[in-house]
Amino acid sequence: MLNRRSFMKGLAGAATLGGLAACTGTTTRARAHVLVIGGGYGGATAAKYLRMWSQGAVDVTLIERNPAFVSCPMSNLVVGGYRELADISVSYAALQSKWGVRLITDEATAIDPARRTVSTAANGVLSYDRLVLSPGIDFITTAVPGLEGNFERLPHAWKAGPQTVLLRQQLQDMPDGGVFAMHVPKSPYRCPPGPYERACVVASYLQRHKPRSKVLVLDANAEIQSKKALFTKAFQGYGKLIDYVPNSDLRSVDATSRSAELEFDRVRADVLNVIPPMRAGSIAVRAGLPLVNGRWVDVDWLTMEAKGVAGVHVLGDALLPAPGMPKSGHMANQHAKLAAAAVLNLLAGEPPSSAPVLTNTCYSFVDDRNAIHVASVHQYDADKRQPMPVEGAGGLSTAASDLEGQYAFAWAKNIWADMLA
Amino acid sequence: MVRPRLRRKSSRAHAKKESKVKLSPILASLCLLGLGISNGGAAAAADANLARNLAATCANCHGTDGRSAGGMDSLAGEARDRLMQKLLAFKSGSRPATIMHQIARGYSDEQLALIAGYLSAQRAHE
Repeated sequence: MLNRRSFMKGLAGAATLGGLAACTGTTTRARAHVLVIGGGYGGATAAKYLRMWSQGAVDVTLIERNPAFVSCPMSNLVVGGYRELADISVSYAALQSKWGVRLITDEATAIDPARRTVSTAANGVLSYDRLVLSPGIDFITTAVPGLEGNFERLPHAWKAGPQTVLLRQQLQDMPDGGVFAMHVPKSPYRCPPGPYERACVVASYLQRHKPRSKVLVLDANAEIQSKKALFTKAFQGYGKLIDYVPNSDLRSVDATSRSAELEFDRVRADVLNVIPPMRAGSIAVRAGLPLVNGRWVDVDWLTMEAKGVAGVHVLGDALLPAPGMPKSGHMANQHAKLAAAAVLNLLAGEPPSSAPVLTNTCYSFVDDRNAIHVASVHQYDADKRQPMPVEGAGGLSTAASDLEGQYAFAWAKNIWADMLA
Repeated sequence: MVRPRLRRKSSRAHAKKESKVKLSPILASLCLLGLGISNGGAAAAADANLARNLAATCANCHGTDGRSAGGMDSLAGEARDRLMQKLLAFKSGSRPATIMHQIARGYSDEQLALIAGYLSAQRAHE
């Protein structure tokens, strides 16, 4: 196909040449250039929508360290043995071939917001007119003594990929009668329902293959953080297979014996899955972006720009969320569209939309096929200067169902296509 | 491949014109629905991309521009009135759903009308 895209690209370029260049100011480029760091739910969506909504008039470069996208949502099914890693992986090829995104497989190492440049490990220094930063999260490993450098023995599996496979392997290798212990960090953390989904999916595997075993959920929080009633019911359905222990503050771990030191207890496990405390991806920290509690990036919700840092738009789990807004892939995709629309308006010298809307939908599996959801809609509140959840909207499943399990798979298929196809 | 190429070219050339033309039937439909032009309508007039941006909040589940990748209803190219009817039925609760009643309640009727208008104007197939 010579293709409709490149044909359109040429056309769009010719049509917009003068206009956009005039607005960028800091550069001699003929066309505006938006650099996107991070090809997850936020960054990949932003890259595609910037190209799609500008009809190819804006150049977009995506810097992503991994050769393919691997989804965190659905990855618990890989841990449980119900899906393979390949089932939750998607190529970046269409972003390049269909949408004309320039893909650089590399690590962004530093951002200089004043000079509008990004340093990379292998591709030198790149300049941008606007930067979209979707850095995800990084772990504060030092918060749990004994954890640093031991993720092979104590997998987190909270970034999908080799860690997911490793946790799966350890679960498979566990003897019948063994203990699968997991630790949930204090909120906020990536994917509020994720740990409880993992407990259910692992229990479902154990029920079938190692019924004398146990899932021990050590939660640093006082209660289940998402879909509480639904997960409580799911846990009850597994009987003695799941032991949920709230207020379990993790003091330290010992990788050799796979044991966890709690305030009043010491637990030895056969598999020890510690989800560590986390914060915005380290590049956001190194770039000197405004962090709340030293962890999460504070943004202007009309443009997604980091507060006080012009031209750097931040998305996804790295953000200090607005009220009721979870750190989810779905929400990152919504952040990305808000940011893409704002970036294109700003490049054209127009104000951003004054009334953005975002939605969230999170499906969780309670076994290999039945799922539950939580949903919300967030409308921008001009007085509060942030999106607020709409009262009376959103909500939860009435019960786990096979139908919602099918919707969960359809959700994954559609959102992956919305980002990457 | 000649046909779609020509089509894309002409639709691109008239892109600006189209976006202005699109608004009037949507506003007309608001009046027909007896909703009048309140804040939503005024914002729509000021922001040419409002309908597009609102409809993009549906794409996570229903596909980019409402073209489903499978397992979920495709909305692109559906008749506007039918889409609007469905959305309002979800919102009122008269149409049974697992999740859409919860989502639809998050939008004003004016916003739902903009979404229906945008999605109905999309090609059903890429």
